[in-house]
Amino acid sequence: MSWKAIDRNQAVVDADAPPLLSEGVREKILSYTHRYETKRAALLPALHLVQNTLGHVSWQAMVEIAALLDIQPSDVFDTLTFYTHFWTHPKGEKVITVCRSLSCEVLGGAAVLDALKARLGIEEHGTSSDGQYSLVTEECLAGCDHAPCMLINEKLHKNVKLDDLERILADGDNDRVDMPRSDLFDAPPVAESKQPASATEDDSRTTDD
Amino acid sequence: MKNVGVDGSTTLKVYESRGGYVAARKALAMDTNAVVEEVKKANLRGRGGAGFPAGVKWGFLPKDRTTTLLCVNADESEPPTFCNRVLMEHDPHQLIEGTIIAAYATRSQVAYIYMRGEFHEQFHVLQKAIDEAYEAGYLGKKVLGTDYALECYIHRGAGAYVCGEETGLIESLEGKRGQPRIKPPFPAIEGLFRRPTVVNNVETLSCLPHIMERGADWFTGIGPPHSAGPKLFCVSGPVNKPGCYEAAMDITVRELIERDDMGGGMLSGRKVKAVFPGGLSMGVLTVDELDMKMDFEDPRNYSLLGLGTAAAVVVDDATDIRLVLRNVARFYGTESCGQCTQCREGTSWMQRIAQRIESGAGRMEDLDLLLETARNMGMMPGLSICGLSDGATYPIETIVKKFRPELEAAIRSQPAGQVEAVLQAAN
Ligand SMILES: Cc1cc2nc3c(=O)[nH]c(=O)nc-3n(C[C@H](O)[C@H](O)[C@H](O)COP(=O)(O)O)c2cc1C
Ligand code: SF4
Ligand code: FES
Repeated sequence: MSWKAIDRNQAVVDADAPPLLSEGVREKILSYTHRYETKRAALLPALHLVQNTLGHVSWQAMVEIAALLDIQPSDVFDTLTFYTHFWTHPKGEKVITVCRSLSCEVLGGAAVLDALKARLGIEEHGTSSDGQYSLVTEECLAGCDHAPCMLINEKLHKNVKLDDLERILADGDNDRVDMPRSDLFDAPPVAESKQPASATEDDSRTTDD
Repeated sequence: MKNVGVDGSTTLKVYESRGGYVAARKALAMDTNAVVEEVKKANLRGRGGAGFPAGVKWGFLPKDRTTTLLCVNADESEPPTFCNRVLMEHDPHQLIEGTIIAAYATRSQVAYIYMRGEFHEQFHVLQKAIDEAYEAGYLGKKVLGTDYALECYIHRGAGAYVCGEETGLIESLEGKRGQPRIKPPFPAIEGLFRRPTVVNNVETLSCLPHIMERGADWFTGIGPPHSAGPKLFCVSGPVNKPGCYEAAMDITVRELIERDDMGGGMLSGRKVKAVFPGGLSMGVLTVDELDMKMDFEDPRNYSLLGLGTAAAVVVDDATDIRLVLRNVARFYGTESCGQCTQCREGTSWMQRIAQRIESGAGRMEDLDLLLETARNMGMMPGLSICGLSDGATYPIETIVKKFRPELEAAIRSQPAGQVEAVLQAAN
């Protein structure tokens, strides 16, 4: 879990903007609600879906999810900020999650993290200047028998070796996401900033270490 | 683990050809109470960490209930545990069959499999298996042609250790922050959507098909009486063959690390310095304590919390104990959900102290400070809502107590002036 700081100077929602979530996404979210007794219980699946299609969960998306599930936008925000896996601002195309727990650290996980920082020119929580990569760390990924390991998007790379990093970064499987981003998301992202132009820290900085 | 390593073990066809779903058929032909009794007789203790007998837990459900829900705990977030992952990756149908049996025994209408968000490949494997099971009529309106109806959904988490705690899991399923609830009421009385709810671990449920098929006596015949049945043991760290191995609960930590059909000994040139035998939360063993039995009772004799997840991580002699202390303290510092003051403050102070010691600015008093902080957390003084707080104190206490000489030597050999410099920088 993590605590997130909000940038209060940013305009968050444009009330006149056309809906951000496409018909496909809305239908899918509503279809989840049949699985549970309360509509709110479909929130985690909804957040996963929106983050997969959009790359992050923007304020506008939160408002629209809230309306679909009959809850307040603040409820969505409340839940979202508890989980490390959801973020409110864009990250790079590929999110690299390096395991930092004991098995991996004993077998050289920290060196992998340092090598990635040097290779991409960023710190933890940062995004590379070309918008390609973001770098985060997580606790045990339950792949300790293949330590040290890391996820790039959804692909788990096992037994990572320092001289193998280039091959791993170039692996085609890194692009795979659960839900194809394109077909579920048709309206162009309104009032969303493009990928950060220079190497910056994310606005929603996790302050968990 | 009988199907792990078999070609196509994830498909329904192969699972059925190896005797799959026979046990579920047998269970559904029985009375629900008879199934519960059989599981009680097998003394199947929960594999998720607490070791509570599954049959007894099911017995707490109110007799006059109308709706019951089953949650399968596939959060697997205790470092360094990965046996549930292996089960889901290689034998998803065994889990589904176990889920059907447990759901039938508890008369549940819906089973939610709460899977951690970091599992992606496993999600696809399990979802495919569930789809197959629906198609074949093992799940759905008429399970195996009977009048029993069961729906089964995967619910994915999103990166939070406390969501493995059963009430944290329930809150998370309801679409809220995964903060554990105050008990009582226990989930069996009032759980998910305020309905009677059963939460069981993946490995616990995966034992059920075997108990139903071969009987409780077969199960209790394996291992010591208080720790019946086969168990999966994980071993990771600098050993030759890190992995997940099945055995009766009469093996020792040393066997797990050294046996050729298990860990296969240490990597050449490395020696054991410390072992966390049951996941971080249970505490640490020194090299002289490797004869501990991996069952539900013996760990207590080594001032550990319990068997935990039976996942051992080995730390070798080249690793600084201060690094281990910091890594462990950091884990709890970042994963505490923050509801209980002593857990929120205690874990984050222990993290800061451990970081300071590792950075070479430790003070001798810090060791006692860590012990004192640890003593004032946890269930024992009755201050915390969930077990994370206890889980944080055991490793810290055991590291400091069992490796005190090494920590003291490290602090003594720090260059003079470090502590003052750090304190000054902080002011
Ligand atoms: C902080 C904390 C984290 C836990 N994490 C897990 C977990 O990841 N997986 C799990 O199966 N049980 C976990 N548990 C144990 C569950 O609360 C619960 O005891 C278990 O799911 C019950 O299933 P069982 O009786 O089949 O073992 C955790 C407990 C605590 C206190
Ligand atoms: S003990 Fe810690 S993790 Fe558990 S509920 Fe309290 S604050 Fe949260
Ligand atoms: S410690 Fe890195 S995956 Fe478990």
